[in-house]
Amino acid sequence: MKLKKILPQLLTLLFIVLIFGFFTMNAQENMDTRGIEFGFGFLKQEASFDIQFSLIDYDGSRSYARAYLVGLLNTLLVSIIGIILCTVLGVIVGIARLSPNYLIRKTASFYIEFFRNIPLLLQIFFWYFAALRALPMPEDAPLLLGSSFMTIKGLYTPAPVWNNFNIFLIVLIVALVIIFFFNKFAKKKQEELGKQYPKFLISLGIFIIFPVLTFIVGGVDLSWSFPQLKQLALTSFTYEGGMGIPPELIALTMALTLYTATFIAENVRAGIQGISKGQKEAAASIGLTTTQVLKLVIMPQALRIIIPPTTNQYLNLTKNSSLAAAIAYPDLVLVFAGTAMMQTGRAIEIVGITMATYLTISLTISLLMNWYNKRIAIQEK
Amino acid sequence: MSLYNFNLFKSKIQKNRNISLILGVLFFSIGIFDFCLNNFYEKNVTAFLPGFISFFTPLIFGMIGLYLIRIEFSGIKQLDKLNKNINTSNFNAALSISIILLIIFSVTPLLNWFILDANFIGENKEACTGGGACWVYIKIWFNRFMYGMYPNAEQWRVNATFIIVLGLMGVGYFFPLKYKKYLVFYYVIILPVISFLLIYYLISGGEFGLEWVETGAWGGLSLTFIVSFFSLIFCFPIGMMLALGRRSELSVVKYSSLSFIEFWRGVPLITVLFMSAVMFPMFLPDGTYVDKLIRVIVAITLFEAAYTAEVIRGGLQALPRGQYDAAKSLGMGYWRLHLLVILPQALKLVIPGIANTFLALVKDTPLIFVVGLLELVGMLNLAKTNPKWLGFSMEGYVFAGIIFWIICYSMSKYSQSLELKYKTDR
Repeated sequence: MKLKKILPQLLTLLFIVLIFGFFTMNAQENMDTRGIEFGFGFLKQEASFDIQFSLIDYDGSRSYARAYLVGLLNTLLVSIIGIILCTVLGVIVGIARLSPNYLIRKTASFYIEFFRNIPLLLQIFFWYFAALRALPMPEDAPLLLGSSFMTIKGLYTPAPVWNNFNIFLIVLIVALVIIFFFNKFAKKKQEELGKQYPKFLISLGIFIIFPVLTFIVGGVDLSWSFPQLKQLALTSFTYEGGMGIPPELIALTMALTLYTATFIAENVRAGIQGISKGQKEAAASIGLTTTQVLKLVIMPQALRIIIPPTTNQYLNLTKNSSLAAAIAYPDLVLVFAGTAMMQTGRAIEIVGITMATYLTISLTISLLMNWYNKRIAIQEK
Repeated sequence: MSLYNFNLFKSKIQKNRNISLILGVLFFSIGIFDFCLNNFYEKNVTAFLPGFISFFTPLIFGMIGLYLIRIEFSGIKQLDKLNKNINTSNFNAALSISIILLIIFSVTPLLNWFILDANFIGENKEACTGGGACWVYIKIWFNRFMYGMYPNAEQWRVNATFIIVLGLMGVGYFFPLKYKKYLVFYYVIILPVISFLLIYYLISGGEFGLEWVETGAWGGLSLTFIVSFFSLIFCFPIGMMLALGRRSELSVVKYSSLSFIEFWRGVPLITVLFMSAVMFPMFLPDGTYVDKLIRVIVAITLFEAAYTAEVIRGGLQALPRGQYDAAKSLGMGYWRLHLLVILPQALKLVIPGIANTFLALVKDTPLIFVVGLLELVGMLNLAKTNPKWLGFSMEGYVFAGIIFWIICYSMSKYSQSLELKYKTDR
């Protein structure tokens, strides 16, 4: 009986050890013959390549570690923008899918069926190589919304110029903390006494008033810098000032958003449909108003169904953002697993670090998700 | 009847109702007409109005039109149906009109581009004179998009292989009832082996007087099929083993399966392909060379197996405990219990999930460009840079999009029908 339990485990262990041993041995041998020493010392060396688009200070004289950070931040940037946009779009389409209006319902399902059945890479290529290439040159670009230009070289929008931005940021965080505790307090009161506060209005008030106060009292100042057309050479134009968003970022965000939103829309639809009609009727019969029914009965239950698969989609979006490498948006994969690896030739370390980074992001979010799921799970007695 | 009190212009009298109906249709048509004039003939009839209002005139006219024909219990069947579906309130009417206008706005140019202004006949770039799509480009490059760099004279071999494999896949459908139990065996072991031999001897060649074609020359849509077919066949049994492993009571088996699954699910496919391209050769003895295509298929298989495992695990968890207990009480061991009782039921439950994983697999195949294999999308990018055919990237992407869409959409519809077929009520 005992043997039956131990033997398979031993065999599995042996198998794993053998495979890993075989791989490490070969890797050691191969690196010896090529004269490479395993180690992460190369991270401190000078990177000596440029990155087109970076959120932090970077140039060729910085180290590989810095280049890694630039890539990581670019990945996070596109993921966060994508997550926000695809949530908004996904929720709208998901609700539209349940609309009583035939045209809206059909349009929404057409959108979903259309975009989810085309490979993401193809969509990225389409936006980048076909759609955005059809845009005008900088000198011919029309004015959008009185301040922005959409050109073949990217989108140029006004950029905010802050004075004392730190104060503003700190106050904003303080406001968020206050809102968090206020909501906790309100929920407690709601559960204990059944007393309801206009939570949303008060939160919104705090969120607006506090930062506005800093403009009046804290010496915070905001002005805008507008993009201006500038001639570089006879036929070469560009914009100066303002904020330039590269076309790679636009194409990538657009494709990721449109693609992922289809999945989120389906999640939202499933979540709302998953709530039985009886819940709504029961809530209405004890005298709750329509908003209260939605807020206190429907949404908490629907969110329980919607959130786990949606987080999965967020993770997918983050992982899919690595397709950026195909259109040369300098994300983690392109900068680090692409350029840096070509230069150093350290395949094992670099691919290892890249994978470990994605793995860390995924596992952290999965753990948070598990914790959240446990917290909101219906406690059955 | 009190409802009618709200309808200002609408009367209970039949005659007046007809007038409002006619007026409504008229207004609606004017709105659409105005919109079409604006968009396609660049004539703004309502230019005398301020710019802002003039922009919204189609919407306003349409709204008035729909408001007038919103007659409850009109007695006309079609009208009632129409009202119920798109015209229940002012808000709904506004949305409906916006969508109708949007459809008119987008369909006409698309139709022009696709068919009316497009060029179908010709042999070179100069044949494309119209403003629309240049389908000549697709026609000339069609063989490349389908077969990659595979020599033209040998392409019958690819076709023959696909036809034979498809035929073999279809054979399972006609299995006599007596042999149904061997079906799984057939699909999991015999079919992959035959297909592999076919691809090895027929597509790759080198023996029986067939010219050898290296895998680097394979490409186009046929490569998409080859990669997804093999990954699909191999990832299923591996995923099943991993799912069972993850639910095993033996802790070493459990945690090794768990970490395997979590590892592959946590990294993007593109890094996995990078790994197979640059890191994997370092892990093999010096001098061993594994074909690119095989490396890619292994990488995709392991990657998708982790996802399949999670899907199957979901099915295993959904089965009630009683099934396990009942099978155990009959004296069944671990393997008999799973093969005869648990898996047949669990797999039925997870058909949609598995189908989604396979869909994702097919949609992921274009990524193999990372290792230098060019399937359909890769070939498009290659064709795009050909100096003779510059500037037709749009046609290429649209063409590939349509092909992938047809494949994926039919797969998802098929999986839905399977789901209905195997649905057992609990």
